[in-house]
Amino acid sequence: MAKSRNVTPAPAAAAAAAAAATTAQPAAPAAPVAATPAKKTTAASKQNWDQLFNNLVSYYQDSTPQRTKLIDAFLAFLAVVGVLQFVYCVLAGNYPFNAFLSGFSATVGQFVLTASLRIQTTEANKADFPSVSPERAFADFVVCSLILHFFCVNFIN
Amino acid sequence: MSADPLHVLANAGKGQSTRTVLRVIILCLIAAAAIASRLFSVIRFESIIHEFDPWFNFRATKYLVANGFYNFWNWFDDRTWHPLGRVTGGTLYPGLMVTSGAIYHALRTLTIPVDIRNICVLLAPAFSGLTAFAAYLLTNEMTTSSSAGLLAAVFMGITPGYISRSVAGSYDNEAIAIFLLVFTFYLWIKALKQGSMLWGALCALFYGYMVASWGGYAFITCLLPLHAFVLICMGRYSTRLYVSYTTWYALGTLASMQIPFVGFLPVKTSEHMPALGIFGFLQLLGFLDYVRSAIPGRQFQTFLWLFTGGVFSVALAALVVVTSAGIIAPWGGRFYSLWDTSYAKIHIPIIASVSEHQPTAWPAFFFDLNFLIWLFPAGVYLCFQQLADEHVFLVVYSLFGSYFAGVMVRLMLTLTPVVCVTAAVAASSLLDTYLSDKSPNPEEYHPEDSNDATSKKAPKAGLKSTNKPVVGIYGFVSKGVIVSAMTIYLLLFVLHCTWVTSNAYSSPSVVLASKMPDGSQHIIDDYREAYQWLRQNTKEDAKIMSWWDYGYQIGGMADRPTLVDNNTWNNTHIATVGKAMSSSEEVSYPIMRQHEVDYVLVVFGGLLGYSGDDINKFLWMVRIAEGIWPDEVKERDFFTPRGEYRVDGEATETMKNSLMYKMSYYNYNTLFPPGQAQDRVRGSRLPEVGPTLNVLDEAFTSENWIIRIYKVKDLDNLGRDHASAAAFERGQKKKRPAKRRGTRYLRTE
Repeated sequence: MAKSRNVTPAPAAAAAAAAAATTAQPAAPAAPVAATPAKKTTAASKQNWDQLFNNLVSYYQDSTPQRTKLIDAFLAFLAVVGVLQFVYCVLAGNYPFNAFLSGFSATVGQFVLTASLRIQTTEANKADFPSVSPERAFADFVVCSLILHFFCVNFIN
Repeated sequence: MSADPLHVLANAGKGQSTRTVLRVIILCLIAAAAIASRLFSVIRFESIIHEFDPWFNFRATKYLVANGFYNFWNWFDDRTWHPLGRVTGGTLYPGLMVTSGAIYHALRTLTIPVDIRNICVLLAPAFSGLTAFAAYLLTNEMTTSSSAGLLAAVFMGITPGYISRSVAGSYDNEAIAIFLLVFTFYLWIKALKQGSMLWGALCALFYGYMVASWGGYAFITCLLPLHAFVLICMGRYSTRLYVSYTTWYALGTLASMQIPFVGFLPVKTSEHMPALGIFGFLQLLGFLDYVRSAIPGRQFQTFLWLFTGGVFSVALAALVVVTSAGIIAPWGGRFYSLWDTSYAKIHIPIIASVSEHQPTAWPAFFFDLNFLIWLFPAGVYLCFQQLADEHVFLVVYSLFGSYFAGVMVRLMLTLTPVVCVTAAVAASSLLDTYLSDKSPNPEEYHPEDSNDATSKKAPKAGLKSTNKPVVGIYGFVSKGVIVSAMTIYLLLFVLHCTWVTSNAYSSPSVVLASKMPDGSQHIIDDYREAYQWLRQNTKEDAKIMSWWDYGYQIGGMADRPTLVDNNTWNNTHIATVGKAMSSSEEVSYPIMRQHEVDYVLVVFGGLLGYSGDDINKFLWMVRIAEGIWPDEVKERDFFTPRGEYRVDGEATETMKNSLMYKMSYYNYNTLFPPGQAQDRVRGSRLPEVGPTLNVLDEAFTSENWIIRIYKVKDLDNLGRDHASAAAFERGQKKKRPAKRRGTRYLRTE
């Protein structure tokens, strides 16, 4: 903790401090930690975190084609739906378990398939998929989605 | 080895198209050989369903063909497990029945009228041809050698380890499951290599078919995640792995949940958790992979620590919560017995009592795989030399498969494909090395070698060695020796396979064969004789009580309701039958009345020396009954004070009074001169006076006394108990003197 008093912390130390900070956050605030160093670490890690986040966002906005962004929007939507389904299941119970399971696996499966489509259509990954052209990837995606939803509808009761 | 035909072949096979044609012809011939070698049983005996489980599958298939798919799906069978019944449609793997039903209807629409029995009998050989083809495909993914695939197909086609479960008439789940297993693996490798969603989806579909066909699907469910995990640990995570695995898991799990018998198991039991865990892990890795490409390395490290730490703690908490809440069921008994081979013996006698769940004996490996078993390690070693993703799969599969084959005899079946593939890789690399015509450039290498070796010595020796045209392994002699040795091994393998198939694996076990003194074959057909008797002489709904081994056969051949059968889903019910068999008549009779038993069937091999009879299985009945009623049935009571299991005059009283003993030996001594009755299985002389039966009537005994059927007596008309009624029947004379003597005795006192 002493090292974190530095104004510009070394990355490794920052990592440790940040990890400590995040693990400390859910823990009880009554933990005997000195007030000022804690504040400084959170500030440092927050700054670090912001920088990281900014990097990520700028990278994303600069180097992602419009089509891929569309796919990403769909992925985000699926993730939100999946979380909602799960929260509902936890709060309201999973009584028609068939229905919950097929709904949830439809979301997860669709997410995974869309992610695969995204991976296969990304230019940077082209070397990994010599035999899969973007058109082929989309055709595969459609076929797999059809299979997925056929099973889901069959399973939903 | 004649070189000329090889030359001819090599010249003829130069063109790409001729090679393809040749390959197709060879594969067809292999399939034909695979089918032909499985037909021993049909030729020796007849077109008949074998053993035990196939009879149930056959009965279910007949039901499917007669009543249609939906009735089959919702089938509640009230003719088994009387009085409980069995939700058969929801507790079986329907793949096998649906396959043969589909073939049946397809042939019908082609106006080929085939009996459903013949389809069932010949399904396993037909699928073995397909398995050989699947092995060919799988091997071709592993190696560039063109001959390895063909060798693998041959090995797969005729190796006894696979034939043991797929001879004609052995209409069991394994018949199609091994094909599906190999083919699913092929599709998985294909999907992984190309990183294609479509191949992943195909893999998932065949995985679903596999789940519909055999409980052994858990092998795939565990092996594919393990392969993925090993790849990740080796630092070989790739987007291709992500695409193929997640596609397979998402679709395959949904497909497997369509089967009613599997249902929610994939999200609830521990066997399926590794697959789910790797699925989640891959999502994380995929995300991290993306982030890594987005941000510089140092920041990524920060991110990695935070992210993995957070995810790990959340996952751990979730696991603790889920396990403590009991949402995920613990491992099943059969899986425990996979880790601890003595687990079943202690805790679940019903699993231990099945002979195919016993650990494998060492000779069984050689018996079932012959020389493949020593080519197997060589093939695995060759995999290590290349070690691409697919070779890692082969290595993982070999380790996994070897372990399980050693634990359980039955799982030899899952080991066989990988042994065939690796052995084919080894054999083909050997043959390719020694058969190649080129005698590769001795001029290039040997001068260098000889220079190195001989520079210190005389230069003359170097000259000599360079003068030799061909040296070492390139010499004709060494080539000839190796190739001819290999050919001999291959020929011996074929001989061994044919011998094993014809001698060990082709007996239907419903029909027994024996040799007459003059060497001619004598067919012992007691089983069918007895079941036919039941079918013709008993009421349609007469309940038959027998040990569970014969439940499926009675249901299939005699078409009569049974109390217990080979499904063994209800241990208590089986224990009830065991108790009825192992208790005295007074105890057994109320049990039989309560279960509305009309006939009792026992298998007795004493006359013929047929060792698989009920007296030999009797201890399992006692053990299983003791598991439920430890106070009423005690295994110790069936052993003599010296710990022997005897059936002769020195047998214990409990043994002599047990229903099983009485039914087996009832009237047996009338076959022999007085005092000479002999049990040929246990090689013991029986007491002169045979047992008496009060609550049962002998109804039928087959020709060789293998099957004996007894009718349960109704309650006595005059309200006497059966012992006194039977004593009365036997003659009043015996009773009166006893009474007189008794009264006289009283008077004198």
